Amino acid sequence: MKKLEGIIQPFKLQEVLDALKATGVDGLTVSEVKGHGRQKGHKEVYRGMEYNVDFLPKTKIELVAAEGRVDEILATLLKAARTGQIGDGKIFIYEVVDAIRIRNGDRGEAAL
Amino acid sequence: MISENRCRMLRLSSFCVLLAGVAQADPATDAKIAGLETAVKAAQSAGDNAWMMTSAALVLMMTGPGLALFYGGLVRKKNILGTMMQSFMMMAMITVLWGLFGYSLAFGEGSAFLGDLRYMFLEGVGSAPNPDYAGTIPQQTFMVYQLMFAIITPGLITGAFAERMKFSGMALFLLLWTVFVYFPMAHMVWGKGGLLNAFLGGKFPCFDFAGGTVVHITSGVSALVCALYLGKRVGFPEGMKPHSLTLSFIGACLLWVGWFGFNAGSALGASGLATSAFVATHFAAAAAALGWMGAEWIGNGKPSALGGISGAVAGLVAITPASGFVKPMPALFIGFLAGLVCYFMVAVVKQKFGYDDSLDAFGVHGAGGTLGAILTGVFATNAVNDTLKDAAGKPVALGLVDGNGAQVMNQIIGCGIAWGLAIVGTLVILKVVDMTVGLRMTKEAETQGMDLSLHGEEGYILES
Repeated sequence: MKKLEGIIQPFKLQEVLDALKATGVDGLTVSEVKGHGRQKGHKEVYRGMEYNVDFLPKTKIELVAAEGRVDEILATLLKAARTGQIGDGKIFIYEVVDAIRIRNGDRGEAAL
Repeated sequence: MISENRCRMLRLSSFCVLLAGVAQADPATDAKIAGLETAVKAAQSAGDNAWMMTSAALVLMMTGPGLALFYGGLVRKKNILGTMMQSFMMMAMITVLWGLFGYSLAFGEGSAFLGDLRYMFLEGVGSAPNPDYAGTIPQQTFMVYQLMFAIITPGLITGAFAERMKFSGMALFLLLWTVFVYFPMAHMVWGKGGLLNAFLGGKFPCFDFAGGTVVHITSGVSALVCALYLGKRVGFPEGMKPHSLTLSFIGACLLWVGWFGFNAGSALGASGLATSAFVATHFAAAAAALGWMGAEWIGNGKPSALGGISGAVAGLVAITPASGFVKPMPALFIGFLAGLVCYFMVAVVKQKFGYDDSLDAFGVHGAGGTLGAILTGVFATNAVNDTLKDAAGKPVALGLVDGNGAQVMNQIIGCGIAWGLAIVGTLVILKVVDMTVGLRMTKEAETQGMDLSLHGEEGYILES
């Protein structure tokens, strides 16, 4: 089992969700986050007062995939989230030790 | 305005006289004519009263929700209720004050500087008109209309000390300010026998149709004094971004609409002059929005929503004293210039001196009000307002464009008195309140935010 954690452009979320659903992913977690990489922040001006905004809004997608499906899901995620511009985000992949379904105590890939 | 109404009445009654002449004094016809005259008067009175009650409601709408939303959106989200409460408190507190003795101090005859107590507890203020002020509407309508001005004026000042004043200190300060600064100023400019009243025997006739000196200079200049006296907010200038320009946008647009009651209502009747003021008001607001946005576009590379709405408000401020005296094209010019000047005041002058006039009450109302008051002396014309007549019954020259250059000086005197009264009055009152109940919130309370620390509430509870 591997965990895929993608930090993507918020406006790409729907496209990514649709693509993942089409490949048969039926569980994931989404959160609104802020951060920056090479894209850096931007400047805002309110009545002449300048503010530098260092952190930009991003969307974080987290999902855990069974070993045999990791490559396919990763490829789908990459394709759907990419615009080719700076700011597209990153994907991190982690080993997952175990998974438990709280409702009935299923363990491992059966819990996904 | 009064004269226009009288004119209409005159035309109608001369028509009646003509009828009477034809009818050769038949008692039955006489009675009919008398009945007709009464009916005509009643009809005009009904029309004027309908517009003036509408205007009064529009001006109240400028404070709540207009100003409350405009200012509320400009502060940080922990202070939205505290900020809105300041405007709302004026709606409650000044109303009581006005009924008890405020109206009397502003509009009782009294001296050149302050009214007397003849209308205390609104004694004698009923459905009969007061011909000195507005001969076709109940004095009670006039009274309640003027009340709405007394509410919004201290409300405007709150923009300068936003996010850092105690509720008790704010309430006491603005109560005393209304008594010792607003009432005298309103009396001097609009009260019978007031020092600056151009229409009712003032020594220095100053044209202020809807409150350039009375409302905007007094509030704007007092705002600057407050900002300097109270000092900057904790953490200023970092992290002071407005939390919701969406709310500010709605508030500013409500102000724009409400301003028709403010300016066109100041004609005190549903007359041609009211229309003229309505048009001037609208044109100035539009031109000022373009002026501010244009300056920003050139200066920063982007025209902003906040710039657009701030510009519109600046234009509305500047046209306020001029609205019942100028033609539409000068109104456009006054508005456009106000957009540029007020932008310069908040984006350049304020940044340079570094004072924390948090929501730019001085930059917009003080500067825009002064600009408008002086330009009124330039562009006022009897082609728009022929209320003032010479001995031969001809309309007198009003402003520079009519050939009366001296009026500019009168306007400057009016501005000077408003500035002086605002500075001295505000300083003294601030000192008194500071020494008694105190002005500033503690640092901890300010950091926590007004909503929680002053009111025990939160403006946004999104998880509930």
